Amino acid sequence: MKQLVILSGKGGTGKTSLAAAFAHLAHENPAPVKTVLADADVDAANLGLVLCLERLETHDFTGGSLAIIDPQLCQGCGICEQVCRFDAVLLPSPNGKGLGGEGYSIDPIACEGCAACVYQCPEEAIRMEPQTAGQWYRSESRYGPLFHAELKPAQENSGKLVTLVKQQARLAALDGEYPLLIVDGPPGIGCPVISAAAGADLALIVAEPTAAGIHDLQRILETTAHFRVPTLVCVNKADIYPEGTRQIEAFCQEHGLELVGRIPFDETVTQAMLNGEPVTAFQRESPASQEMIAVWHNLLTALAIQLIPSK
Amino acid sequence: MRIAVASGKGGTGKTTVATSLALSLATGQSPPPLFLDCDVEAPNAHLFLHPDFDEQREVGLLVPTVDESKCTHCGKCAEVCQYHAIAVLGQKTMVFPQLCHGCGSCTALCPEKAISETPARMGVIERGPARNGIPFARGVLDVGQPMVVPVIRQLKKWAAPHPEQVVIVDAPPGTSCPVVEAILGAGCVVLVTEPTPFGLHDLRLAVQVARELKIPVGVIINRDGSGDAGVDEFCAAEDLPILMRVPIERTIAEGVARGQTLTEIHPEYAERFRQLFADIVGRASQ
Repeated sequence: MKQLVILSGKGGTGKTSLAAAFAHLAHENPAPVKTVLADADVDAANLGLVLCLERLETHDFTGGSLAIIDPQLCQGCGICEQVCRFDAVLLPSPNGKGLGGEGYSIDPIACEGCAACVYQCPEEAIRMEPQTAGQWYRSESRYGPLFHAELKPAQENSGKLVTLVKQQARLAALDGEYPLLIVDGPPGIGCPVISAAAGADLALIVAEPTAAGIHDLQRILETTAHFRVPTLVCVNKADIYPEGTRQIEAFCQEHGLELVGRIPFDETVTQAMLNGEPVTAFQRESPASQEMIAVWHNLLTALAIQLIPSK
Repeated sequence: MRIAVASGKGGTGKTTVATSLALSLATGQSPPPLFLDCDVEAPNAHLFLHPDFDEQREVGLLVPTVDESKCTHCGKCAEVCQYHAIAVLGQKTMVFPQLCHGCGSCTALCPEKAISETPARMGVIERGPARNGIPFARGVLDVGQPMVVPVIRQLKKWAAPHPEQVVIVDAPPGTSCPVVEAILGAGCVVLVTEPTPFGLHDLRLAVQVARELKIPVGVIINRDGSGDAGVDEFCAAEDLPILMRVPIERTIAEGVARGQTLTEIHPEYAERFRQLFADIVGRASQ
């Protein structure tokens, strides 16, 4: 089983639109590649909006735990406040009103879940309570099983949830003898991106030919190089700023990176999203679709996936 | 007044809005606003505001170092660590700095006092004057480092504003801990979105984050006219003010691609952003 991850550094370059198109193209006759899909952008999961038909399973995701002070046991010594490095212990206010209430308490937003206060409270008045930080789903998409998740707003541990979603997707792919897993990655280069890229056989970077896009392309390329993930690059909205596209071409050439597509700006991409389907299914002949098909064939070659025409 | 510019979905125009707002307020306002680029994974505001960085500092966390001559391998450190960042394997205690949150629990609780703390670098913070006299500061996460929040947290502490100074925060995309850290303390969150199903879905989540933190929200619809009415309907139903609409326009897209702000592409936006600011201040004082 091969694992393809789609990344970008900068957000909004078209990762999900491409992932959806690849899911459709993989499924297409005459040479389908059975594919499992995973949406690793658990902050803002959008792949399901264009692909999901039915949610088959919903599971709670227990993230970290948060500290809770038992007001009955707390003697008000204040040691918790001294040991907390995250300013999460709220002081009691003199009149028992306002921030902090009547006794010491924990700010759930600031609490990092480190339990330093729990172990150092002389009264054993603090306990850790596991938090449901989100949910993950197994769904049926138009083009194969889809694993995705929703982190609750303002939660931590998105990298852990990404790892969980990918694990489930991998198990399904191995069980069902799927030759390909496509992972739609999150933006950035930090914790969830590292989780999304872990174990990938190939990364496709979707770059945007803008000042910001080129800057972030370099950051994500350094990241995939750091983790030794073989990487290809394609440019989206390539004609919006041809000078930027030329800069990306020069950069790729200089660093020995293969540029596998220049997808033009095309309104059918937005129209397809409004219509809730991949652009290649919505309008196969559109300029963006045609170039995405070319990128897809390049990816299959790079992944060394054999196309076996169905009889 | 601290204004955070954020969005659930990436690439909606946060940096375009934040830099244009800063430039608009830097003329005719004294002192000019402090600009904080808190998108430390993919910081881009410098491409528009062109700061000259004259100060830089390494940032990170204090991670444990074990003195093997004192360590008895009792395992207390591993027991108290909630992040599996320290483990005892036979006669060796191992530290995994990339998992460490720097809480100091293992150091404080080691019965042999065998653990000390040493700084581990995760990135840099830097600052300097930018265009129109705007004081500019940003954080840059080191490649390969997973921990984003400490860099943002230390940037915010280091680049503190003068009293009464307006602060503009360029936040990262998403809805999880880095966004929370970036927007905490803001008097208003401006959520930039686009009128598409993806934009709406992620706006909904971003609004929940702001509400969780009890920060008032205003919305800017970018690429207005490119999609459907979903975002407008959502804002009406949730009673969210639409502070500005930026139309879908090739001139704007090309200008931003070249590294221009809205105020450079269309100078009339400077006045529109000053009105937007007055609007936010007016709503906050209500």
